[in-house]
Amino acid sequence: MSGFFTAFVDMFDTATIASIVAGSSALMFATMGETINEKAGVINLSVDGSMMLAALAGFVIAFQTDIVWLGFPAAAAVGMSVALLIAFASIKLSLNQVAVGFVLFALCTQLSRFLGTNFVGRRPVGVPTWEIPGLSSIPFFGPVFFDHNLVVYLSYLTVIATFLFMYRTRKGLELQGIGERPEAAHSRGIPVNKLRYFYTALGGALIGIGGAAFSLDVKLGWSDRLTRNLGWIVLAIVIFGGWHPLRAAFGVLLFGALQAYAINLVPEFPSLSQVLPSIPFPAMILALVIVNWKRLLKWLDRYPFLRAILRSDPPTAIGTRFKVN
Amino acid sequence: MSSYRLTNLVLPISVVVASAVGLLVLAGTNPWDPLQLIVEGSIGWPPFEAGKSAKVGDTVMVWVPIALASAGLIVTFNAGMWNIGIEGQIIMGAIAAAFVAREVSAPRPLLVLLTILAGAVGGLLWGLLVGVLRTAGGVNEIFGGLGLDFVAISFTTYLIIDPWARTGVASTSGTDIFPDAALLPSSSGTRLSLLAIAIALLAIGGVWILFRGTLYGLKLKAVGANLRSSFLMGIPTNRYLLGAFMICGALAGIGGTVQATGFHFKLIPAISGGYGFLAILVVLLARYQAFWVIPISFFFAMIAVGSSQLDLRLDLNSALGGVLQGVLVLSAMFGLGWAAYRTKRQLQEASGGDSG
Amino acid sequence: MGLELRNIHKHFGPVRANDGISITVETGTLHGLLGENGAGKSTLMKVLSGFHSADSGEIVLDGKKIKLASPDDAIEAGIGMLHQDPLVFLPFSVIDNFVLGSPGGWRLDRRQATAEMQELCDRYGFSFDPHTPSRLLTVGERQQLEIVRLLWLGARVLILDEPTTGISADQRAKLFAALKSLSKEGMSVIFVSHKLEEVADLCERVTVMKRGKVVGEADMPVPPERLVEMMFGQAVQIRDRKEVAHGKSRLTVDSVRMATGLLSEESTSLEVNAGEVIGLAGMEGSGQDTFLRICSGMRSLKQGSVTVAGKDLTGKHYRDFLAADVKYLPAGRLEEGLIEGLTITEHFVLSGEDRSFFIDWAQARNRAVEQVDHFAIKGTEASTVESLSGGNQQRLLLAMLPHELSVLLMEHPTRGLDIESADWVWEQLLARREDGTSIVFASADLDELLRYSDRILVFFSGRVIGELDASSTNVDEIGLLIGGRSANPELSEGSQ
Repeated sequence: MSGFFTAFVDMFDTATIASIVAGSSALMFATMGETINEKAGVINLSVDGSMMLAALAGFVIAFQTDIVWLGFPAAAAVGMSVALLIAFASIKLSLNQVAVGFVLFALCTQLSRFLGTNFVGRRPVGVPTWEIPGLSSIPFFGPVFFDHNLVVYLSYLTVIATFLFMYRTRKGLELQGIGERPEAAHSRGIPVNKLRYFYTALGGALIGIGGAAFSLDVKLGWSDRLTRNLGWIVLAIVIFGGWHPLRAAFGVLLFGALQAYAINLVPEFPSLSQVLPSIPFPAMILALVIVNWKRLLKWLDRYPFLRAILRSDPPTAIGTRFKVN
Repeated sequence: MSSYRLTNLVLPISVVVASAVGLLVLAGTNPWDPLQLIVEGSIGWPPFEAGKSAKVGDTVMVWVPIALASAGLIVTFNAGMWNIGIEGQIIMGAIAAAFVAREVSAPRPLLVLLTILAGAVGGLLWGLLVGVLRTAGGVNEIFGGLGLDFVAISFTTYLIIDPWARTGVASTSGTDIFPDAALLPSSSGTRLSLLAIAIALLAIGGVWILFRGTLYGLKLKAVGANLRSSFLMGIPTNRYLLGAFMICGALAGIGGTVQATGFHFKLIPAISGGYGFLAILVVLLARYQAFWVIPISFFFAMIAVGSSQLDLRLDLNSALGGVLQGVLVLSAMFGLGWAAYRTKRQLQEASGGDSG
Repeated sequence: MGLELRNIHKHFGPVRANDGISITVETGTLHGLLGENGAGKSTLMKVLSGFHSADSGEIVLDGKKIKLASPDDAIEAGIGMLHQDPLVFLPFSVIDNFVLGSPGGWRLDRRQATAEMQELCDRYGFSFDPHTPSRLLTVGERQQLEIVRLLWLGARVLILDEPTTGISADQRAKLFAALKSLSKEGMSVIFVSHKLEEVADLCERVTVMKRGKVVGEADMPVPPERLVEMMFGQAVQIRDRKEVAHGKSRLTVDSVRMATGLLSEESTSLEVNAGEVIGLAGMEGSGQDTFLRICSGMRSLKQGSVTVAGKDLTGKHYRDFLAADVKYLPAGRLEEGLIEGLTITEHFVLSGEDRSFFIDWAQARNRAVEQVDHFAIKGTEASTVESLSGGNQQRLLLAMLPHELSVLLMEHPTRGLDIESADWVWEQLLARREDGTSIVFASADLDELLRYSDRILVFFSGRVIGELDASSTNVDEIGLLIGGRSANPELSEGSQ
């Protein structure tokens, strides 16, 4: 038992925490992206594939041009295109979002493998480290948060911006409205389907940027199925996070911590290292069971604080289509 | 659920051919060679030539789990459920079969039968879990199933590197080869197992009969098409949903058995081969029709096996096969969606013209 | 000056929902719009609020012709619509609901908005905490929220669609007070309702619609009998049905309490004998649908008991009711009765008594052909149900009923059917009485209620306001009761 404990304690050194933060940028971008489009009512089930294809696109552009920053817009464009296909299929062609998303997942995954063959093992220039003067010398917080690079800093900013946008601006409120009760939004003069296209595209772009953050920073380089399973983890974390950007961000960090814990455990329990990375999934199932457990929630109504922690706001109209009659 | 008309087939196939040619030109190769190689690598060139039975055997043995999973998915899709947990069900079937193969000693026919049964039960229980989470826990079957897929995957890896590790080495390459008595009987020199083919055909035939000729199948379809009406008609809807997951899980689990005892002869980490997800594509393309599953899943198996030769022989990534499968299904879906959209538009314009 | 609708037409396929409607609402008046279900009131209001665009006709506001292509246009023009089920976002806080959809850029100043909302609330006597999630508000409070929101957006015309369904008497008083003071300030209010009492209380002028047309206009006050006559017309009462001797008690509902919307929990009791036909009258959502659901085991009870043929089924599962030969046919034929995508034959197999595992399709088809013929369903045994017309769907549903039937519960058995089909449906239903089947049906058609029922229960605001003998009552009496007014003062007491 003591092995579990020491591995746990070992996580709490500055370097480990700093690496968790640095390694989470890809998931942060993608999780925010998926949160945004699900809040607008559109499920992008292709994340695992579109993130991978975007990671490749970003990598290839950065590698060919030697300018790492050009990789990000390229990746965003790929993620956005895939997302727009889903929005179009759902809004215009009345196809099932889940079906189209799933097929696109499969297609993009294979496409990234096929197109990426010749890039396996190549290394482009990475994102240069840039410690923020002043902030980085704060004890503990400095090295943990402010001794990384621009991509990592932008991932914080994206989380904060997503949160502020959703809950502190009028447009963000509209975003939530179209995913919650589209007919009510329509009655208030909000162009539901137009905005759904927009937010699906925006979410897709962020998912794409997440892919590029992985191939150009978190794990610089390209290998077959580089980002495998990250997309599914994103989908799980969005649910675990109750569709709230800050809670989802917490979920991303928790996932990073679990991974670090798993790595620390390897020397003592080599077999468990393979099991632990899948913990977000049972955690997601458990979270879903709990937030759907009516009797428990009723009982929790008496304890507002606990109830608030277990809050989950699945957008009511998620996955559905809205047609103006 | 309408099936295809000729025009609906022409479009996807031409899109596939066009994108294949495009991709290959982009990759700097002559487009014909890889396509020929896919056929050659899966069924030989010219097809089914004598003496190439090992290749055909491999392809058929890849077809079996895809066909079994597809047959199962037809049941869940008809019941209105997205069983993304199919991968996990294949894996748990393989694990259960591996358990029997490793731990039970019995004469060969009995042991083979036991592995198949164990596979069915393993898959069934894993499918049932998705169903219970859905009906009793309110957990959407897509996310419940997805989660259980990953649990199954890491459970396999755990088994392989710890309790079932190969003697002496702890590696992720797989367990020890199963004892001979547990392996599916196959024709000499190939993996081809007539028993496996028979089971797959029986499963597809069974599903075909289920929806063609039985009250149970009709009720499943009713539940999938309209849960509320079905409930009001007195159909115990939850029980039928669970039934669909159990049937699908059992068939997928048998597919897992075939993978373990008929193809790899041991348990490996990626034991499902991704065939569960592939089967979802097959069923989407087959528009939930059991009969169409046979040729489409064989075609997909051919692509899967044949394209594995691409890296060796032409220095092309074997994922080309997967790309073609994806493009095919996607363009078929968009084609049908577009056709439906056009028809609706025309109808609207026609009626608008009348009243206006 | 004011709002003027000129010759509005709106068709849905062959249905003329609005057939040349012209109405003028003077600025600062409270204008009532009356009509039975399906008279075209909702369509007209949807045209006015930009949900539907009219096929032809003009809308003139304060002398200016306006075009309403979307709700956006309506809001811009100053027309605010309050839907019967207020379109609020339930998980969002009150203040978020208040600001959502208001014009402006990115900036969301909740403090400023809260202050402005409070001010409006104070003026009209409403009060709610801006930070509570709106799902915790009652329906009445959600309406108040919508009203202040529409006022804040600068509405000059306020449309209220059946606003008093599901709100308490206290909230209604508040609402009316607010509406009266608003009209004094120059607001034009269109009050869509079926409650005569309320229209008399509130409105200065009233327009009555029937079958897509305006059939009457009057300045209030007008005697309620006159309004009833305009709404329902003069029914020719024919009771040509064969009388059947009633048997023993089949269905007993004893002092059940039901909650419709969020209020009114009064106990209701009913005893139905074998072969008896009970009609449930009342405007939609007055409690008759809930009552039917309770009788069918679809809804659990808080209190009271339900007994079928001497067997206590209180708290039992819906399928136990089915096993006791209680069958429920809801109004949504394709939503809650038939299964889209399946054929007529398949429906007969599903509803048939043959429980064997394999289906004998040849026999099933023969049976289906027979039934299609016998029930005169226009379609073949291989037709999918969605391809059938409403009347034929209803025929199919009747054909699917089991032979053994103790109690048949129906919602709107002939809605959307032509006269021939409707007559035929009732012929079939009445024939069932001879086997001792009891029928309880809800209908909005007073003729139908009078012609085919033995007794009529009238529902109003979630409770039974009157029980009438169908052979001795008349349209006027039912119409008044439906509108919440009773000829018999004892009955109406306590309703207000």
